[in-house]
Amino acid sequence: MSIEVRNITKSFGSFTAVNDVSLTVPTGELVALLGPSGSGKTSLLRIIAGLEKADRGQVLFEGEDATARDVRHRGVGFVFQHYALFRHMTVFENVAFGLRVRPRARRPAESVVRTKVTDLLKLVQLDWLADRYPSQLSGGQRQRVALARALAVEPRVLLLDEPFGSLDAKVRQELRRWLRRLHDEIRVTSVFVTHDQEEALEVSDRVVVMNQGRVEQIGTPADVFERPATPFVMGFLGNVNMFHGRVEGGRAHLGPLSVDYPEHADLSPRDAQGFARPYELDLAREEAGPGFWATLRHVNPAGAIVKLELEDGEKRLVQVEATREQFEALKPAAGERLYVTPRQVRIFVA
Amino acid sequence: MPVPDRFRKTHSVLPGFGLALGVSVLSLSLIVLLPLSTLFWKSSGLGWSGFWQAVSAPRVVASYKLTFGAALAAAIVNGVFGFIVTWVLVRYRFPGRRLVDALVDFPFALPTAVAGITLTTLYAPNGWLGEPLARLGVKAAFTPLGVTIALTFIGLPFVVRTLQPVLESLDPEVEEAAASLGASRLQTIARVVLPALFPAWLTGVALAFARALGEYGSVVFIAGNMPMKTEITPLLIITKLEQYDYAGATAIAVVTLVASFSMLLAINRLQTWSARLGAAE
Amino acid sequence: MRSSGVTARATREPVAVKVALTVLALGFLGLFLVVPLVAVFAQALEKGWAAYASALREPMALSAVKLTLLTAGIAVPLNLVFGVAAAWAIAKFEFPGRNALVTLIDLPFGVSPVISGMVFILLFGRQGLLGPWAQAHDLKIVFAVPGLVLATLFVTFPFVARELIPLMQAEGTEEEEAARVLGASGWQMFRRVTLPNIKWGLLYGVILCNARAMGEFGAVSVVSGHIRGKTNTLPLHVEILYNEYQFQAAFAVASVLTLLALVTLLAKTVVEWRGRREVSDVD
Repeated sequence: MSIEVRNITKSFGSFTAVNDVSLTVPTGELVALLGPSGSGKTSLLRIIAGLEKADRGQVLFEGEDATARDVRHRGVGFVFQHYALFRHMTVFENVAFGLRVRPRARRPAESVVRTKVTDLLKLVQLDWLADRYPSQLSGGQRQRVALARALAVEPRVLLLDEPFGSLDAKVRQELRRWLRRLHDEIRVTSVFVTHDQEEALEVSDRVVVMNQGRVEQIGTPADVFERPATPFVMGFLGNVNMFHGRVEGGRAHLGPLSVDYPEHADLSPRDAQGFARPYELDLAREEAGPGFWATLRHVNPAGAIVKLELEDGEKRLVQVEATREQFEALKPAAGERLYVTPRQVRIFVA
Repeated sequence: MPVPDRFRKTHSVLPGFGLALGVSVLSLSLIVLLPLSTLFWKSSGLGWSGFWQAVSAPRVVASYKLTFGAALAAAIVNGVFGFIVTWVLVRYRFPGRRLVDALVDFPFALPTAVAGITLTTLYAPNGWLGEPLARLGVKAAFTPLGVTIALTFIGLPFVVRTLQPVLESLDPEVEEAAASLGASRLQTIARVVLPALFPAWLTGVALAFARALGEYGSVVFIAGNMPMKTEITPLLIITKLEQYDYAGATAIAVVTLVASFSMLLAINRLQTWSARLGAAE
Repeated sequence: MRSSGVTARATREPVAVKVALTVLALGFLGLFLVVPLVAVFAQALEKGWAAYASALREPMALSAVKLTLLTAGIAVPLNLVFGVAAAWAIAKFEFPGRNALVTLIDLPFGVSPVISGMVFILLFGRQGLLGPWAQAHDLKIVFAVPGLVLATLFVTFPFVARELIPLMQAEGTEEEEAARVLGASGWQMFRRVTLPNIKWGLLYGVILCNARAMGEFGAVSVVSGHIRGKTNTLPLHVEILYNEYQFQAAFAVASVLTLLALVTLLAKTVVEWRGRREVSDVD
């Protein structure tokens, strides 16, 4: 089932959490709401779920207005950030809850409940823990129980609030992949909130980048990473080197860097920011095209990528990532002056 | 999360707010607020000078002095011994500790009338404790000392129960840090532990004091109830009521009430302070 | 090993200090708590078991027991309903005047028992605000059972709410929200999710409320008018016996109330222990 959000606005006191947001989630997609703390992503998710009431705007499910529909009747599955498992119930009882509280007429027979819950626990690979209490489970297991519980009511939409937020790094990795596979299997329209760009890029079909209550960009992971629409998206998705400066007469003067900028040939001078990711910078011992000289301060050779920290003429930090081969070919020493050439600079004019 | 929690519940999806608030406000109004408001209705009938006369008569003033003095003395005794008891209960292990811990609430649970007659019997000149005291020349029952003993009894749990959770949650690392920086045990306690406990301790003492101000059942038997000497304020209120001097009784009640509510307000402030100290850690 | 020895010394008191403090603390508690506890039973049994039993079998004592049970039986359930309602509104919702409501609920704690009883005389007594109205409708409130119940309700008013509010606040709203998303009705959510989570705190509040309801002396003493056999609860009966110099009988009845206090302490300890175990289970 598709989700459409139209012009949603939500304020808490004087703080505008969600500011005129519109977006569409097509049926069967897995969409990430990505943004820093305070960007309004959780509020938006709770509004879609019906847990929060928007001040303005509409939420449509499959084209049908659900704005006024009570949370109980929206047909959403919600996975809470801290799981919100019922701690006095076993895993089995937690998953069965949504079926057992149905009005008598629509309540499945206990045998049906049993089969269904068992199947779901198998799906999340926890059938062997059915009789345990939440307190006896690990974080990752609780997460999966929360997911099974949300799926038990056969939601038309699955909403997850920071699903991996309180797990440690390794479990997080595993669960991410597992969620991706699970979604491929069950194909229920899903939205999850995260502040971790890596997570958003790895798991989702599409990413909605939010900042200060507004949507900055919506696109596939490749889109938002390769073609960021705003400086915020550029900066939020991965490491960047930022160069402040101006564009004027078809050239951009950005700190130590001066590059052609034909898009801005005829306009008056304007402030601008240039961005280059660390792996988009090449290092050499002599001048090679538009670039600048910098001094190598520190090398972190651990890993497949070698991370180098340099300082330009005005002591500003420049981060470079080189492949091991590139590094071995150059073998730079700390303190050495190197010429830095960006293969690509993204320029945003103010 | 970014959105402060206090904003979260404004448009809650949870049901029953109207019903719950309605039931609360209605019962609060009927059972507590309406009856209490009669005090002000009745005492306003006296007029200012009548009110002043009622609350400043020598016999009344003597009862304030006794009630205040004994309550304060009891609160101080509890402040000292309550602290030691809490320290021992939280920090040391000895057989029967849990039993002793449970027993601390005994004065809370024991009906005050029972406490009253028991303490009176114990401290009467021929009682288990009164007799040895009498031989030392100390009269306990039917004197201000007896009042203080009764108020100490009922105030004890307040200090211990307020202090206990704070002492329990005091991170031992803080003391270890002090020790690692070269502080002696005494210095650590004086400069690190006591300041951290002080707001809670003061709150407990204030609670014991506030409770003692209005206490009746446990005191009335042991006090002796001699006008000008061993008559506590709550008893004076009852005496006036029994003489159908409702206005006079009300006036004294208003004074007592204002005193207790000011105490509670101060305690409220203390608790905020205490909570802020706790949060700062 | 050595380093742990150093910390142990640095963060602990010398054994002599420990022993001295422990003896001091236990001595104080022994003097103020244990001696009175023992004294109650010693006095009650001073004239043997037969006298003890006859003091309890006396008709006046029995009617006091009945009245005490009746008063608590009305006051405790009403406070239970009120306490849960107040805690629900206060802990799970945000609304203007919330802090004021919390303060007002606590008011009875700050009111002397004597005044708690007196306000009902001012309200329903012959010269009271609603006195004429009560008389016109032939309602006997003061110096009668309804007055006792009202005074008891007043003094026990904060007990249940006070236990529940911090507990329910600490639990937050996520579990209830989860139940709602899963389709639970308001009642289903309350019975299956909220109630199991607060049951120990609720029980604790009810136990304390009951102890106070059965043991209240000052407030009921003022409203009762001391009509023997009619408006005497157990604590009032104790007072009368004592003032009539029937010390042994007074202590016999007092020992029943003392047992009630001990049972309350026991129940409280068990409930706290269960509650704590469940909390530690969660983490």
